[in-house]
Amino acid sequence: MTKVKTALAFLIGLTMASGAQARDQIEIVGSSTVFPFSTAVAEQFGRSSPFKTPVVEATGSGGGLKLFCAGIGLEHPDITNASRRIKPNEFQKCQANGIDMTEIMIGFDGIVLANAKGAAALKLTRQQIYLATAKMVPTPGQPCQSEACVMVANPYRNWRDIDASLPDSKIEILGPPPTSGTRDAFQELAMSKGANQFAYLKKLKKTDKSRWKKLTRTMREDGAWIDAGENDNLMVQKLSANPNAVGVFGFSFLDQNSDRLKGASIEGVPPSFDNIADGAYGISRSLYFYVKQAHIGTVPGIAEFVAEFTGAPASGEEGYLIDKGLIPLPFSARQKYRNDAKNLTKLSM
Amino acid sequence: MTDKIDIRSANPLAAQAYQARLKKRYRAERRFRAYGLAAIMTAGMILLFLLNAIIFASLPAFSHHYMRLDVEISTDYVSAQTPQEGNYLGLVRAALREQFPDVTARRDKRALYKILSLGAADGLQKRVMAAPDLVGTRVSLDVPLSDDIDLMLKGLIDRSLPQSDRIVSDRDLVWVDKLLAEDRITRKFAFALFTNGDSREPEMAGIRGALVGSLWTLLVTLIVSFPLGVLAAIYLEEVAPKNRATALIEVNINNLAAVPSIVYGLLGLAVFINFFHLPRSAPLVGGLVLALMTLPRIIIPTRAAFAAIPPSIREAALGVGASRTQVIMHHVLPLAMPGILTGTIIGLAQAAGETAPLLMIGMMAFIVDVPGDVTAKATVLPAQIYMWANNPERAFVARTSAGIVVLLTLLLVVNAAAIYFRRRFEKRW
Repeated sequence: MTKVKTALAFLIGLTMASGAQARDQIEIVGSSTVFPFSTAVAEQFGRSSPFKTPVVEATGSGGGLKLFCAGIGLEHPDITNASRRIKPNEFQKCQANGIDMTEIMIGFDGIVLANAKGAAALKLTRQQIYLATAKMVPTPGQPCQSEACVMVANPYRNWRDIDASLPDSKIEILGPPPTSGTRDAFQELAMSKGANQFAYLKKLKKTDKSRWKKLTRTMREDGAWIDAGENDNLMVQKLSANPNAVGVFGFSFLDQNSDRLKGASIEGVPPSFDNIADGAYGISRSLYFYVKQAHIGTVPGIAEFVAEFTGAPASGEEGYLIDKGLIPLPFSARQKYRNDAKNLTKLSM
Repeated sequence: MTDKIDIRSANPLAAQAYQARLKKRYRAERRFRAYGLAAIMTAGMILLFLLNAIIFASLPAFSHHYMRLDVEISTDYVSAQTPQEGNYLGLVRAALREQFPDVTARRDKRALYKILSLGAADGLQKRVMAAPDLVGTRVSLDVPLSDDIDLMLKGLIDRSLPQSDRIVSDRDLVWVDKLLAEDRITRKFAFALFTNGDSREPEMAGIRGALVGSLWTLLVTLIVSFPLGVLAAIYLEEVAPKNRATALIEVNINNLAAVPSIVYGLLGLAVFINFFHLPRSAPLVGGLVLALMTLPRIIIPTRAAFAAIPPSIREAALGVGASRTQVIMHHVLPLAMPGILTGTIIGLAQAAGETAPLLMIGMMAFIVDVPGDVTAKATVLPAQIYMWANNPERAFVARTSAGIVVLLTLLLVVNAAAIYFRRRFEKRW
């Protein structure tokens, strides 16, 4: 029995000790797309500064902002990563909890559609991507210019059904799951943009936005779109094994697996470092992180960490994050965010 | 006995039918055995195939290519008085430049540095910190090459492909070939895999942080769930009256054992972190969550162990005047111990392989430092494996499998311990 008593005493002691402890380690949450960059900076920062290596959690952009906006205090994270901008409702929630934040853009990320090296090359347009992935599409053969446009359940089973120039193979797309920011960005940048090339749908955006969103951003559920992992090494194996399959993921992943996969060109522009950096490639987005101002000075090292992240050795044109697949900001933009970080410019919306 | 008839001679027709039935029965028996054997063989083949695939895929992670460099520890980079502030990577890179005097342009030099790991100077730094009088001398040491070059040397990147299709450039190949011709490159066991914490550079990423994190977490789980589980089982089995209330508790315990583990994670987030304000990502919280999950898995086998002890033992003890507590503590508990230990160890082994509940409480995180106590930030083995599987760098594929091999070994050891305890202390009645 004494053993049990000591064990309980030990545990209660630990609990009390931990409650009183101050935090000397930066806590970062958020997007799994920014995770590889954030962790690389964290590791470098831990090695080259007197501060402890920050802890980085991949919770997804939405999950990260939820944790971040929960409040001020050492039990809440200091920084959240996001593969999209903070939404107005998230911002209001943050404000309601008294949180002021600084927004830092770190670079760009392209979303690519890729298949196995040996498979037929894909030359897609965003309209074709929309037709291949959406649940409801305009009746085939209709120009869909006016109210007369009839939306039907997606009838396309083969790429060739969409356009004669596309390969004669079954449509089979492995994409990120609903929790992923990559999926949000894919829907917004590829599907909705592609859908807007139909005049009727473009008009619908102005007249009935919620219906437009539903029509252009709902994935088909007949098996042609498959929810798979995000940046998962299993995905490469699946794609190599099945020449019909097309995967949707971030550019850095294609970059690392260039000997096994090849990216589809979008509107004639292949996904490459330069094409994404200068905006020629159609499906690219900005990556961000948000810093909680109230924690600067309370948790040691935040300002120094942000300086490391925005510095030229990390996210400049020849920085180590570029080797990890980040597409850098133009010099002037990086300078602006560096200054924002230094001056603690408050984000307002 | 004399009126016994042999039906085969008495009625030839009946004998035939009898023979046919007998044959049919034997056939059914053989078929049944064949099904069983086929089931075992299939399961065995699948297991063998999986193990084979994992072990085969993990092999590249256990070795790494190193390059021998003669480094002049110049006082320009390091001073003997403050060796901790030295620029060791600069030293190693200068030594690398010596090997390739024709590389002069800034861009080319940057490309050249990339054949070495970012952790190339770690070994040198350790050596100089331990013996500052090395400053000013020339030492020969093996530094790790970068993950891409290492993969190429292991044959995992096909160098016959056109340059645009591989991560390693033609220029890198020329440099590496020169080093190979000079016999400077050796393949050695990758100790870093076992001595380092996590890293974003595959060649520096190690399993130690996660392994220690797992051990801290399991320690908390054991300390909490073992006494609670055993006490609960003793009370329910030996002390409590058999009535509706205890029957209800029993049903609930059995149900709890079947609750999906993610539910415990949500509970842990709500109670331990949001209400008690315990630290996120800490083995303390992880251990408490896993303890809740393990409790029913300890209570059930413990009760079974108590129930298996013959009542004669208790009656004999009571008969010579022992109190109820003495009966339990002196006789029943020691006799039930092998069963309790087996149940506990198997429960802990399950907890060791659990990821879902720890996701909710922040233990799925990038953590470089090896945790020193139960409140330090930590991750666990299965979470580490999952994170490595998600990294884009190719070399993490082998690391992932190596992580699985380490986890499987740990589980194998734990289960072997369970079998040993059972064999060692088991009593048959």
